[in-house]
Amino acid sequence: MNFLLSDEQLALVDTVKALLRDKCDPVRVHKMFDVEGDAQFDAELWAALCAMGIPAIAVPEAHGGMGLELIDLAIVAEALGHAAAPVPFLGHALAALAITLGGSDEQQAKWLPRLASGEVLGTVAFGEGKAAWLPGEWQLSAEGGLSGVKTLVPNAAEADLIVVGLQEGLALVEKGAGYTCARVDSADRTRPVDTVTFDGAAAQLLPRGKEVASRVTDAAAALIAADAFGGAERCVQMSVDYAKLREQYGQPIAAFQGLRYQLVKMALNTEPSRGLYWFAAHAWDALPDKAPHAAAQAKAHLTETYLQVTRDTVEAHGGIGFTWEHDTHIYMKRAMLDWAWLGSPSRHRQRAADLAGW
Amino acid sequence: MELGFGAEYDAFRQEVREFIAANWPPADGNVKSRENVRAFVEAAIGQGYMHRSIPKRFGGSEQQPDIGKAEVIREELSKARAPSDRIPGNGLVEPTLLEWGTEEQKQRFIAPTLRGDIIWAQGFSEPGAGSDLASLRTRAELSPDGSKWIINGQKIWTTGAHFATHMFLLVRTEPDAPKHAGISYLLIDIRQPGVTVRPLVQMTRQKEFNEVFFDNAETPVDMLVGERGKGWNVTRSTLKHERSGIAAMTWPLSMFRDLVKLAKEVERDGRPAIKDVRVREELAAIEGELLSIVYSTYRSVSLEVHGQEGETFTTMRKLYMTELAGRMGKLARDILEDDFTDMGGARLKWIERFMISLSMSIAGGTSNIQRNIIAERVLGLPRDRVQGAGS
Repeated sequence: MNFLLSDEQLALVDTVKALLRDKCDPVRVHKMFDVEGDAQFDAELWAALCAMGIPAIAVPEAHGGMGLELIDLAIVAEALGHAAAPVPFLGHALAALAITLGGSDEQQAKWLPRLASGEVLGTVAFGEGKAAWLPGEWQLSAEGGLSGVKTLVPNAAEADLIVVGLQEGLALVEKGAGYTCARVDSADRTRPVDTVTFDGAAAQLLPRGKEVASRVTDAAAALIAADAFGGAERCVQMSVDYAKLREQYGQPIAAFQGLRYQLVKMALNTEPSRGLYWFAAHAWDALPDKAPHAAAQAKAHLTETYLQVTRDTVEAHGGIGFTWEHDTHIYMKRAMLDWAWLGSPSRHRQRAADLAGW
Repeated sequence: MELGFGAEYDAFRQEVREFIAANWPPADGNVKSRENVRAFVEAAIGQGYMHRSIPKRFGGSEQQPDIGKAEVIREELSKARAPSDRIPGNGLVEPTLLEWGTEEQKQRFIAPTLRGDIIWAQGFSEPGAGSDLASLRTRAELSPDGSKWIINGQKIWTTGAHFATHMFLLVRTEPDAPKHAGISYLLIDIRQPGVTVRPLVQMTRQKEFNEVFFDNAETPVDMLVGERGKGWNVTRSTLKHERSGIAAMTWPLSMFRDLVKLAKEVERDGRPAIKDVRVREELAAIEGELLSIVYSTYRSVSLEVHGQEGETFTTMRKLYMTELAGRMGKLARDILEDDFTDMGGARLKWIERFMISLSMSIAGGTSNIQRNIIAERVLGLPRDRVQGAGS
């Protein structure tokens, strides 16, 4: 039994964390919330992550990638979630995965090396509104030109290509094809999302796009869950640190049993759930029969936990935790997107129940 | 990552399976027979499958520690519904005797404890010493000739004392010392006139624990475990053993399987309860917590296998499981609806489980004490001045 990260994986996480400490301190993240107008991503941080090879992790070596697995992407997602990193990692990583799994040789040769290096930016368009997120629910079609609306598409306005979920499976739409993007006034300004309206856009189907579509959405669920774990863990740590520091009635508030028990509850909700995302990613890599259920459970449990823990974090901090200047709202807003994106915990639980044959 | 114990254990698993197939169920089919159970356990010790950490000279099989093998054995025994080597109270005293007992105590007690010829009860809690165990008042004094301890006082919540033969207990031997320093750890034969065992009836109507009264009860002077006045340290080792162990996730998994079965069996609004959206969703939410336990256990076992510290989850496990058991009990209640109060009906087991999940929040360290321990050991919060928790 070895349900542990390898030395190489631990080293990868350390490298990413070191970069984030250097280039993604809270002051910098706060600036993303104070930008006038549309939300943006942190281009300098993203460039540094690309230079480090982060987008290359799961791209095959033949196409300039590292040929690693989803678990490797997921532990990076945890680190990014921990730092609330304002980067377009999620959509980009999923676009590369989709092309790796479902693309033709030509599509792979054209896009994967440039996605791996970060030269181009990719994203995925799954949501169609009214909580339709998953392959069986997609109504849009490429027949006669792609028309219709996709919602909550990460960084669509900046993306060079979009992998779109359709009735026919997955398709590539390149920048400049017939579509427009409207940036949503989204709570989470670290990960901007757009409403994309396609109007007869040229879409190239991925040859295996139909069969791999649910693999890609399962991977999405695992990565979102990983982000949620990273953010929740950060919130617990932040609250514990504050309780040791803040004094009232002449002593650190950590001495008060009421608050101690609140902190214990937060830790109890968070720490044991790490394995849910690990297993979802590991199952995706190695135990494909178990992957859909594991992904649904990880997404449901961790995103619900994350959102609750951010609420608890406000309580643990008191007034300062409710302010714009404090970090808490950044995490709560990331937790809100993690909760909603790809479908709510309730829907993923229903899916887990279906998959369990209940 | 590698889940399961890998191909290196396949041959071992096959060997264990063959052993079990040849020995259980017993030839006469009587799985309740004490003789049959004993014969099976002895044969399993002979194979090195049971009491693996106990030296051969004390009746164990003295095997190299190997969590993979231990887990394979546990799984296969459980699948075949074969007897295990665990006798509840006895599992607590064996490691304590190995760690702290005199050579003579080990010689005398360990082998019969393994065989179940001696059944131990744990004499810790008292009416005035629950969570604050160190305030216990049952006292032991040396007889004038110094040959034996004379014990007076009362223990309570003593599980199994009504069928136990012996007790390991904490007594105050140094009344003038500070409270933790005045305690000693004694072994005593409880089938003697000075000991009275009175069963307590639980809210479930079952009788599992007792009050035990000591009225000039006696035990030889050499039945002291560890040093006089140092019993608190011995206790800590006992509690540690009680709170660890890989088999801990067996019962929540089996309770969950039963819960799914219940949800399929019971009809509500003309269809199985499991088709009800609220029931499905709550079952899935419970499963999410259950899987958190499973994967956290994989992780802590992996850490152990690789010789690393894995205390975080093991410290949280009891509280997490207690709350999960309560949540399962409540979903069962919601599924049962009208049948929820009928203790004479077919659903008694679930009504009992609804109640028994509460006993978990008390026995072996209450949930609030668990919270204190987590606050200190996992979160690193300053020590609680009043409770002195986690001591």
